[in-house]
Amino acid sequence: MKKSILLERILLLLTVLLAAWQVAVGINDVDILPMIAYTVSFGVLLIASLLLIIMGLDILDSQIVVIVSTIIPLSLSLGLVWENFPNIRQLYLGFVIVGFLAIVGTRIKPAANNFPVVILSTVHGVAGMVIFLMPIVMVITGISHPAFILVAVGGALIGIGGLLLAFLKMGKPILSRSTIFAVLPAILFLMTFAFVLGFSLG
Amino acid sequence: MQSLNSKLKLYFPLIKFPQTALLLVTGLAGYMTARCPIFHVGTLAELAGSLFLAISGSTVLNMWWDRDIDSQMKRTSRRPSASGKVTPREELVLGLVLSALGVGWALTLDWLYGVVVFSGLFFDVVVYTIWLKRQTCWSILWGGISGGMPILAGRVLGMGQIDLVGGLLALAVLFWIPTHILTFTIRYKEDYHIAGVPTFPAAYGIKATQMIIAISSVLAAIAIGAAGVMIGVEWGILRLLVVLSGGLFILALAVSLRPSDQINFGLFKYASLYMLSAMILISI
Repeated sequence: MKKSILLERILLLLTVLLAAWQVAVGINDVDILPMIAYTVSFGVLLIASLLLIIMGLDILDSQIVVIVSTIIPLSLSLGLVWENFPNIRQLYLGFVIVGFLAIVGTRIKPAANNFPVVILSTVHGVAGMVIFLMPIVMVITGISHPAFILVAVGGALIGIGGLLLAFLKMGKPILSRSTIFAVLPAILFLMTFAFVLGFSLG
Repeated sequence: MQSLNSKLKLYFPLIKFPQTALLLVTGLAGYMTARCPIFHVGTLAELAGSLFLAISGSTVLNMWWDRDIDSQMKRTSRRPSASGKVTPREELVLGLVLSALGVGWALTLDWLYGVVVFSGLFFDVVVYTIWLKRQTCWSILWGGISGGMPILAGRVLGMGQIDLVGGLLALAVLFWIPTHILTFTIRYKEDYHIAGVPTFPAAYGIKATQMIIAISSVLAAIAIGAAGVMIGVEWGILRLLVVLSGGLFILALAVSLRPSDQINFGLFKYASLYMLSAMILISI
């Protein structure tokens, strides 16, 4: 086996184990909805990494990748908002549902104009910013332990990975396909590691 | 010594180690669902030894009986029996000795456990392979029942009786078998056709087969989940089980809605990993 493929599999396996651990231990003292949201995000991460090991990175050519790469940030950001910003819970839940359905819709019936790109960028962008900014605000205001900042690091990484993949699938790649495939296992692992550590210590 | 080594190297592929190991893991998991933490390592070792021998024996006997089919199929034509590296008589003796040792050891350990182990072997070799495999594609049902016997046997050894949880665990394996086998028969349908083995894709078409795969995946996940709840598996572990079951279901759905060789074989591999993970999780 090539060294690069071995390294890629090791990183993905570590991602699987970290995500599985997070699903099993859960996140303490949260309501049912954020618990479901966190379980969905780490669960999707787990299954996606497992499938990347089993089927290889070529599976990223599948159209379903755009939808899967959206579920993780949407559910994670929903958990964070529901847990920490009770005033906008319902509003954000609405955004998550509508945003997700819009992305699924534009995947099933793609439009020739830029509408799918706009939808994708908006939904990814908002969810990514929530995961990135919310932990920073919470740490600065003293609500959370400083280690919670790691969730923001994970948020930045998920944003990068998600956008790279999404735009590749839209036919407007930011980096070349081979470069994206080469860095993705490392991004997935670092992102999961940052999330798990951030949620555990923060 | 060199001759013994070369013989062992020749015999090793006859037991299909990955498949035997997976069934052995289900047996150990079945036992651990009843007796965890393990205080009797000796009993666990005897369970592992007897099951390994019995499963290996039945696999060798299956290969002995199917050597003509194997020689016609590209995928299996290199097997020692199909390629003539092991004589049929040698293979039959090996299969009988391993089976007798496994069942005999199981009976000395616990009579009911021994009966379940023997039933598994009987269903697998006699009912599935010798009687039905060349007659009907529904033979896999019996293959599934025999596949569920190791986990039931392990549970029986731990409990001293056949109980509902044991039945559910066996059902989970029974429903998991179509996911595993049918994805395989879709991938190698030409091979099976050449060898004249009836399969679901040949009898009912690919679409119906994919639907059966999806339904059986859901049923396997439900059975294993129900067994997990009844065993008293911790909530976090159950949550992980649900996530893994979700993956199985989504892949099965993808095979039904957007079939491709890649997804089909992905499901085949995932199903094995799923079963292994589920066994580990319910044993914790």
